[in-house]
Amino acid sequence: MVMNAITPIRTPAEQALIGAFGALRDSGPASAALEGLRIDGFSRFEASGLPHRRVEDWKYTDLRALMREARPLAGAPDASVLLAAKVAVGRLPRVGGSRIVLVDGFHAPDLADGGALPEGVTVSDLAAAMAQRPEISALVTGQPATRANIAFALNNAFLTEGLLIEVAPGTELGHALDLVSITSDGAPRLVTSRIVVVVGAGASAGIVETHLGPAGVEYQKNVVMQVVVRDGATLEHGRRQIEGDQALHLATLEASVGAEAHFDSLTLTTGAAVSRSQLFVRFAGEHSNVTLRGVSMLKGRQHADTALVMEHAVPHCQSRETFKHILDGEAHGVFQGKIIVQPVAQKTDGRMMSQTIMLAEGPSMDNKPELEIFADDVACAHGCTCGELDADLMFYLKARGIPHKEAEALLVEAFAREAIEDFGGGPLAVVEELREAMLTSVTEWMRART
Amino acid sequence: MSLLEIKNLTAKLADEDKQILNGLNLTVEKGQVAAIMGPNGSGKSTLSYVLAGREDYEVTDGEALLDGENILELSPDERAAKGLFLAFQYPIEIPGVGQMTFLKAAVNAQRRKNGLDDMPTPEFMKLVNGRAKELGISPDMLRRSVNVGFSGGEKKRNEILQMALLQPKLAILDETDSGLDIDALKIVADGVNAMRSPDRGFVVITHYQRLLDYIKPDVVHVLSAGRIIKTGGPDLALELEAKGYADIVGKAA
Ligand SMILES: Nc1ncnc2c1ncn2[C@@H]1O[C@H](COP(=O)(O)OP(=O)(O)O)[C@@H](O)[C@H]1O
Ligand SMILES: [Mg+2]
Repeated sequence: MVMNAITPIRTPAEQALIGAFGALRDSGPASAALEGLRIDGFSRFEASGLPHRRVEDWKYTDLRALMREARPLAGAPDASVLLAAKVAVGRLPRVGGSRIVLVDGFHAPDLADGGALPEGVTVSDLAAAMAQRPEISALVTGQPATRANIAFALNNAFLTEGLLIEVAPGTELGHALDLVSITSDGAPRLVTSRIVVVVGAGASAGIVETHLGPAGVEYQKNVVMQVVVRDGATLEHGRRQIEGDQALHLATLEASVGAEAHFDSLTLTTGAAVSRSQLFVRFAGEHSNVTLRGVSMLKGRQHADTALVMEHAVPHCQSRETFKHILDGEAHGVFQGKIIVQPVAQKTDGRMMSQTIMLAEGPSMDNKPELEIFADDVACAHGCTCGELDADLMFYLKARGIPHKEAEALLVEAFAREAIEDFGGGPLAVVEELREAMLTSVTEWMRART
Repeated sequence: MSLLEIKNLTAKLADEDKQILNGLNLTVEKGQVAAIMGPNGSGKSTLSYVLAGREDYEVTDGEALLDGENILELSPDERAAKGLFLAFQYPIEIPGVGQMTFLKAAVNAQRRKNGLDDMPTPEFMKLVNGRAKELGISPDMLRRSVNVGFSGGEKKRNEILQMALLQPKLAILDETDSGLDIDALKIVADGVNAMRSPDRGFVVITHYQRLLDYIKPDVVHVLSAGRIIKTGGPDLALELEAKGYADIVGKAA
């Protein structure tokens, strides 16, 4: 047999993904709007395969090695799946106001909770909106950096439905929208979901995503959220990644921030065996500010990667990136942060910080901060720290009779709180519940350590 | 049985070959206030840290019995649970850990060790507010992170507040008087004197006789080069104040 020299060798997972795409295509046509996206995504994936450690952006998260198998695509949930999901979601304390629920990536309107959507908020089918509104289609296509990303390409390839959440101009939401995305129990599957959020000019809104699923199931989830914060608008965005302990979770957040706008985003990561949180954020208008924050608490052999690109494409904007890692067991944390300042983006003010606390000898942390500055009148800085808890502080607490584990918990909570406490300090305090919930999660995580 | 009995205590820096305590012997009886005086660098703070269990020091010989039990193998929190308290010479700031959270954790840790439930919050608040008021600690200070933004004197008073809440068997006060003006010194001394009792002992480490005008010691020890070189009554402090350490240290050497 003669090997065809140009056919790359495919891993079993890659072969399975190619097969899944074929099956999806054969199962019936997507709407015309989604068809183009799917084909574009699939061909990008097919050309490069799963990213591995020799691909610079994925150096520390070798997806080809970490994703040994690809799970079959999740289908729309049936009545019994919805019922089970309803029970599981019901156990999750609400953070914010109206609750929107996705089950296996599919919108489940019957599981909505917390009252009707507030005035000024609409939730609709993304494909339908794309068919009628070219600006929505353009938005879904993604910015160049996002489009070049393989996790995003795979999300496109397997897209069967999406949600468009719009906040009308001038609306002021009193509570955050509580978006829950749950993966059902049973045989492991690949879940794909897509959400687009448009916050109209001058509006103020909050949205909280919670991603969860069954323990002990090796499900895979690829979620993309694309956000537009229009001129003068504020969006406070929270994300809780509390997936099941065997899950693979790939998340992409793309945001475009208009003039005199605010975007504040906080991710808490405690779940999944392997996870990657990608942020592609871009200033599209002047005099705006963005804060990106994260707290990752990892134990056992968990792996979590935060990969962010903050692009200052216009002058006079301020960005703050603050990420905290708390690592136990033999966990592996990764932070890759890049601030890009385009030549026109004078008076940019950008500051990025990654801090890690090691609670044991076993964990490892990779940090890769980058500044790509093409303008001359800017103030940009990055810093990173990594170490154990301060021995003098520990001694002081223990000298007061506070046991070792509890002393550690007090200091770790203080460390995490720095990233959480002024979250959503904007004009609307819509995310107070989230802040409290996240601090509670930090406390509980520390308490659960053995 | 003596409250504290230190026998031939020898200790060095954990990661250096520097011996600081050189076969130190000291006994503190129940109900006693023992002053320890000595030149800078003689090992006073080291003694207090070794007793409290700081890991920077390694005990190479000797023992320290609290109520007859050797505490040197215990962790710092276990020693605290046995009733040992150290008021630090340099109280440390703990950004992000609220003062109330900290005090509550300490009080409840002690209660749990004694098989008691956590103190109900209202009762705890009342207790802290009462003690804080006596020590001139403002409600604002109680709302801050531990020692953050406190003046030197406020930090020292905060140590005494913790002592008052924990009601230890043996309290070691390491230069609690330094950095205090005369009014604050009186407040601190009143706080200590109020806690004197037949079951409790104090080790008051100080540089100056001044504090001992307000906290009257039963016995005065002189520490030099990591050993107690002289022990006497309250008059010894006055003598040291008048003549300095050179004379007595010279005789002992
Ligand atoms: N952690 C330490 N690292 C280095 N040297 C120390 C340390 N602790 C104490 N020493 C040294 O040991 C000696 C005694 O110090 P210390 O106990 O602080 O004395 P005092 O409290 O009597 O002034 C000094 O020479 C001091 O420099
Ligand atoms: Mg000292």
